[in-house]
Amino acid sequence: MQHALNLSILTIAARKTWGFLLALTAFLLFATSAQAQLRVDISGTGAQQFPVAIADFEGDSAGRLIAEVIRADLTRSGQFRLINTTGAQLSANSPLAYAEWRTRGADYVAYGSVTTTGENKYEVRYRLADTINQKELDGVAFNGTDRELRRIAHQIADRIFEKVTGVPGVFATRIAYVLKQSGTYELQIADADGQNPQIALRSREPIISPAWSPDGRKLAYVSFESGKPVVYVHELSTSKRVPVANFKGNNSAPAWSPDGQTLAVVLTRDGLSQIYLINANDGSNLRRLTRSPLIDTEPVFSPDGQSIFFTSDRSGRPQIYQIPVTGGEARRISFNGDYNISPRISPDGRSLLVVTRRAGEFRVAAIDLSSGSETLLTEGPNDQSPSFAPNGRQVLYAAKQGGRNMLAGVSSDGRMRQTLSILNGEIREPTWGPFGDTP
Amino acid sequence: MKLRIVNTLTVLTLGLGLAACSTVSLDDSAAGAGSSGSGGASGSGVMDPFNPSSVLSKNRSVYFEFNSYTVSSQYGDLVSTHAQYLTKNPNQKIMIEGNTDASGGTEYNLALGNRRAEAVRRNLTLLGAQDVQIETISFGKEKPKALGDTEADYAENRRADIVYLRP
Repeated sequence: MQHALNLSILTIAARKTWGFLLALTAFLLFATSAQAQLRVDISGTGAQQFPVAIADFEGDSAGRLIAEVIRADLTRSGQFRLINTTGAQLSANSPLAYAEWRTRGADYVAYGSVTTTGENKYEVRYRLADTINQKELDGVAFNGTDRELRRIAHQIADRIFEKVTGVPGVFATRIAYVLKQSGTYELQIADADGQNPQIALRSREPIISPAWSPDGRKLAYVSFESGKPVVYVHELSTSKRVPVANFKGNNSAPAWSPDGQTLAVVLTRDGLSQIYLINANDGSNLRRLTRSPLIDTEPVFSPDGQSIFFTSDRSGRPQIYQIPVTGGEARRISFNGDYNISPRISPDGRSLLVVTRRAGEFRVAAIDLSSGSETLLTEGPNDQSPSFAPNGRQVLYAAKQGGRNMLAGVSSDGRMRQTLSILNGEIREPTWGPFGDTP
Repeated sequence: MKLRIVNTLTVLTLGLGLAACSTVSLDDSAAGAGSSGSGGASGSGVMDPFNPSSVLSKNRSVYFEFNSYTVSSQYGDLVSTHAQYLTKNPNQKIMIEGNTDASGGTEYNLALGNRRAEAVRRNLTLLGAQDVQIETISFGKEKPKALGDTEADYAENRRADIVYLRP
């Protein structure tokens, strides 16, 4: 059974927190604020839903904000059912009435306090209790400014998620995507819930294929600003940009090796699109990886760094192949349907996302690499650019519905979907960032 | 109808490029572009890729069928005209820009657009143009000329354009 829940319509205005990150160049305009209206829709539920109570934290508006962000995160995951906490009045020092919370139906209770420790300085203390075993599962304190309260709330939600499900949460991670608005392209970085967007680059020419470095400090992407596709590596903290692949013809589809030292890129310098390797910091040490008479593109490294998955039409139609990073024979991976592109490997290396065309519609599918079995995760009709969350439990992709491009997410088992639509622009090329990419 | 409007815009763009970059005065270039319909002398017989009336700037787009990367025989004259000019002007360089319709993935379409541009390059070099005169690039589905969602729009975007580069 599916039900649609319209969670919220929020207006978000990014502040100047990242002003120092962003640079102004001759033809790339730059802005320190982005405004967008964001709407979240969720359908479906997880296979198992843990009943959890998130009490308002003590500390007025900041305490309520913390609790609201945690509740929204856990709800969006589809794996939690929120228990009503009306009248709870808990602080971090409160003794917890385990039996009462069990009666209310909560297996877990999170609560805490926000206190002011100086001018624009806050301490957030949080506890998580297990009401069945009547014990505290977690307790920790964070310090930060008002601008860091949302991030602290995401970090608390991550701790709750991991304590209860055993899997690390991804609420404090970030996503990158391209927002197209009336002739301008903005490479934006936002929190995993789509809030707090920051502009890394603005251009009048297309920007495609953003790819996070494994440490979350850099993005590689393709910009058409010079009149043709060129691969750049962009350091987010300094806004320093290096054109790492700018050869004759096209330069595109950057992918990072797990150690962050090497980029796989696709070049047409020798004719049709083929995969090459370069040093990630300066584009040096060019070596060609594939040699096929047709198209090889969209490389992505396996988690162990030993092989590369890619799209090739060497069989006549685009399919996914795998090749050792040292070169050699490519092995075909995808066999269902006549159009499989955009491979993305799960963090555990067991599952491969693809975009597959079925009956003229583009859908995201997951291929189990050991059995070869396939699960269609999305309904289409035009789903593109899938990427795994760093815990492998969710998939972010770009959907087009009713003529509107939007961000969409689906759980890795396909049970739970959500869309994030920006009301005044088109979202393209989303990609989920790694763990530990705190700014 | 839509196709015609788009083509007119292309010519206008070329005209502006001419006005901005060549030594022809603004007035002359405007008159040349305006009289292209009636004045046969300034018309398509002129072999000058930077003259908007020339066949070299008027006929510079090769269209492709859905899912196709072979240059249809109907473009034989177009290709041989450009090949002859390039053969006679070995220092002239061109860019062939491949494009695709909006259907499918960003990077795969970028590769497909390049495949279309490469097909035009092969045809030109078979007829005498030199590889060093030609760079192929692709915009994939990123820079559509027709912005709608009809089949006519999609057909307009399955295209490779020959673009002459000023020395």
